[in-house]
Amino acid sequence: MLLRFPLKLGFFRRSRAGFRPHGRGVEMRDLMRDLQRFQMRLAICAGGVLLMFFVLLLRFVYLQVVQHDYYLTLAENNRISVLPVIPNRGLIIDRNGVVIAHNYSAFTLEITPKEVGEVDPVIDALAGVVDIQPKDRKRFRKLLDERHDLESIPIRTRLTDEEVARFSVNRYRFPGVQINARLFRHYPNGEVASHVLGYIGRISERDKARLERDGLAANYSGSDYIGKVGLEEKYEKELHGVTGFEQVETDAGGRAVRTLRRILPVSGNNLHLALDLRLQEIAERVFGTRSGALVAIEPSTGGVLALVSRPGFDPNQFVEGIDSQNWEALNTASDKPLNNRALQGVYPPGSTFKPFMALAGLELGKRTPEYTISDPGYFILGGAAHRFRDWKPGGHGMVNLHRSIVISCDTYYYGLAQDLGIDNIHRFIGQFGFGKATGIDISGESTGLLPSQEWKQKRFHQKWFGGDTISVGIGQGYNLATPMQLAYATAILANNGVVYRPHLVRQVEDSQSGERRTIEAEPFTTFTIKPDNLARVRDAMIDVNKPGGTAAAAFAGAPYQVAGKTGTAQVIAMKQNEKYDESRVLAQHRDHALYIAYAPADAPRVALAILVENGGHGGAAAAPIARAIFDFVLLGKEPKPPKDDSQAEEGDSD
Amino acid sequence: MIDRLIAFLTRHLDPFLGTVVVVLLSIGLVVLFSASGESFGRLGNQLANILVALCVMWVAANVAPQHLLRLAVPVYVVGLGLLICVALFGEVSNGARRWLHVGVTRIQPSEVMKIGVPLMLAWYFDRYEAILKFKDFVVGAVVLAVPVLLIALQPDLGTALLVSAAGFFVLFLAGLSWKFLGAMAVAGAASLPVLWGMLHDYQRQRVLTLLDPEQDPLGRGYHTIQSTIALGSGGVFGKGWLNGTQARLDFLPERTTDFIFAVYSEEFGLFGNMILLVLFLLVIGRGLYIAANASTLFSRLLAGAITLTFFTYAFVNMGMVSGILPVVGVPLPLISYGGTSAVTILFGIGILMSIHTHKRLVKT
Repeated sequence: MLLRFPLKLGFFRRSRAGFRPHGRGVEMRDLMRDLQRFQMRLAICAGGVLLMFFVLLLRFVYLQVVQHDYYLTLAENNRISVLPVIPNRGLIIDRNGVVIAHNYSAFTLEITPKEVGEVDPVIDALAGVVDIQPKDRKRFRKLLDERHDLESIPIRTRLTDEEVARFSVNRYRFPGVQINARLFRHYPNGEVASHVLGYIGRISERDKARLERDGLAANYSGSDYIGKVGLEEKYEKELHGVTGFEQVETDAGGRAVRTLRRILPVSGNNLHLALDLRLQEIAERVFGTRSGALVAIEPSTGGVLALVSRPGFDPNQFVEGIDSQNWEALNTASDKPLNNRALQGVYPPGSTFKPFMALAGLELGKRTPEYTISDPGYFILGGAAHRFRDWKPGGHGMVNLHRSIVISCDTYYYGLAQDLGIDNIHRFIGQFGFGKATGIDISGESTGLLPSQEWKQKRFHQKWFGGDTISVGIGQGYNLATPMQLAYATAILANNGVVYRPHLVRQVEDSQSGERRTIEAEPFTTFTIKPDNLARVRDAMIDVNKPGGTAAAAFAGAPYQVAGKTGTAQVIAMKQNEKYDESRVLAQHRDHALYIAYAPADAPRVALAILVENGGHGGAAAAPIARAIFDFVLLGKEPKPPKDDSQAEEGDSD
Repeated sequence: MIDRLIAFLTRHLDPFLGTVVVVLLSIGLVVLFSASGESFGRLGNQLANILVALCVMWVAANVAPQHLLRLAVPVYVVGLGLLICVALFGEVSNGARRWLHVGVTRIQPSEVMKIGVPLMLAWYFDRYEAILKFKDFVVGAVVLAVPVLLIALQPDLGTALLVSAAGFFVLFLAGLSWKFLGAMAVAGAASLPVLWGMLHDYQRQRVLTLLDPEQDPLGRGYHTIQSTIALGSGGVFGKGWLNGTQARLDFLPERTTDFIFAVYSEEFGLFGNMILLVLFLLVIGRGLYIAANASTLFSRLLAGAITLTFFTYAFVNMGMVSGILPVVGVPLPLISYGGTSAVTILFGIGILMSIHTHKRLVKT
């Protein structure tokens, strides 16, 4: 190709010769050299091009082969977000199908702190659009401190439609603030059954750590709430359900573009309770303003029909995170509304212990029904000069087993206790559940105390003295029981020694299949009691509620037979209340009123235990509550309106 | 009759170059469809752009180099005048003064200089053929430096880079002495701090970002990080057409224009990249062949400069997308969406064809 150039050069040269000031004979050689130089330079450029493309190729190989996995991961992370889908929490339903805990959805206003930067000015600005109270700010602060991740935190819950509309109009002013629809737990009956239901609350750091430890953390991603107390806590696993996940493809702005995969959440299982909400309501109503507890059990199943601890509280306050003021108030109130007295309160069982003592005497052959004592009003232990007094100065005169229960003679049981000995008492009466947790399906139950020689040795490193046994015989001394335990023991007595573990939840309904799994369907254990002996005790307990008995007044005119026993428990100390409160000192010193009973006596449908704190005598303060319960369960009769509460309290004093 | 028409239409077209260009343009349309989120509207626009640009190419191919030679000075002078006008009364858009309103439309004079500067320089060296003195290179440097400075001040780093590359290639091919090149390299290195001081903040940021993209992953480094993720995740065979997640989910910025290569690379992988590199090499190789065989110094220099500028486009764009060069606004030739770049590049291709075919005609 080089050969062509001279020709062409000649062609161009002619046309341009005149321009060229330096054109002379050497030009041909110069042109050849120029051309060679040009082609040389062109070759260098071609080399450069190849080199540069090779560099690019190396870069491509590095990115697309060597680093491929790394970048693939980055790309996947870029585009796929996994969003948890929170399951619906299971419902809690009473034995008649009344829903007592459910969920509703509402709008919350939430701030994502990471996107907002400084939160305070944003909240101030938001306050101009929706109503934001100081307590909302406080709660927000608290949550902000608790959370380290990038979640959004609610500043307001349960927005009204108007607030939603007002925020929507102004939303452009608030990047990082959004409205979300969330499910809220609601307890439609407020205080009623609050100690049974308990409540859910925001998942705390402690809860989080525990979930982590139990390997449940993944199932709680996205969940804000967890059961804290009561059934909500005990059945958390059933109620929570399985969290679903949505894999969504997101764009650079984080907006979900489409759903790649969706694993639907599985709703929590529903709890069907043995509890009858109407009965519960009535029981709480008849307590009025008095503090105390009531447990009513269906003896043939162990199902808890009502479980009252007064005063109660409104569990709804806890759902959104209780503010510190209300929390303080609930915690420091002198009547301790957060204490579940039915399960955690321990009291001397007092005279309600006597039917069990009587049965022990009969069963262990220490007493016959005919055995009679002459009660001088006190009991003297052995050679010691210590007198154990009967509650009735001067005594009851001639007392056999039947009469000892009907009139609640102490002296009879002092002697019986001595004859039985503490270890026999411990062994026999232990079968009724005293001194052990009953296994009720709410956490935090006290075990109470049924003393024994071994226990005293362990606890106080002391020998058991004969004198210790005597007061145990009338349910005092070291004896302590919860109202739950008393009801449980009464149910066992009513059921002739067939023991069902007490339970609030009768059935768990699978949310998917609708199948119901029955809880505690079978007796837990059984022990034999001679029917004759049972009958003797029962007959005496029936007469307690008849003229001449300690609870006769409460059951005047009742068309059914009730087997019951009254009791009074001495208040040991007033240390429960730190504040000195003059107007209540006397009341604080007053005895607790106790009553246990089952009815109808021949085919028991309800066994119950009632405790009225500082109520005075059991027959006057507690038995009327039992009357209301039995009237409702057996006759379907509702009690009179609760205006006679104060009257009842006044009438108790003797 | 039809045969003669076809003969007339194709007389000055180079079948080799034409075929490769059409293949590249087709690839561009295929990628654009994916990058634009399957938008037929965009596709239609680009098709129109391409048709206009092909017409421009055809016209350029049919203009003999000697006519082009006569146009060199007027084009350069008008271009320079327009650049000065832009500096004085230009319209500001995106913080840069690049556009000039001319009646109903607005034009970007810096685009004109991509051809105007090499044309002018080729004309100048052709005029003093064979007797190139040091002085000539100084004149050449000034002819180059004035428009480049004006463009850099707009500021439009990408175009300034391409224009100066085009001019530099002419100087280099014309025989700029190695000593001078060495001196320029030293001077350039010495003036780096000065240049740094002259750069706009955003331009400095771009350079810093290249050095460490992670520094500001959601800000300046975002483009680079996302485009390298696109490339890297594409792997050897790519994710397949229309399946590039990076591009289709908005992570890639400017994904139909300057960053379209990231879309292509994510969907067609290393394999696709190699095909693209080969196609570009075919264009460049053919261009260099045409330059080597051109009949006049003007043609040689012009063909060489156009070819090497085409290479510069491709290299800078791919280098920027793959994260080895700073982010400058340089499109990928024949692939990126946009009318201006398509017209400029096909105009250059047309000149190459003209140089090739007119030489042949003269010979026979």
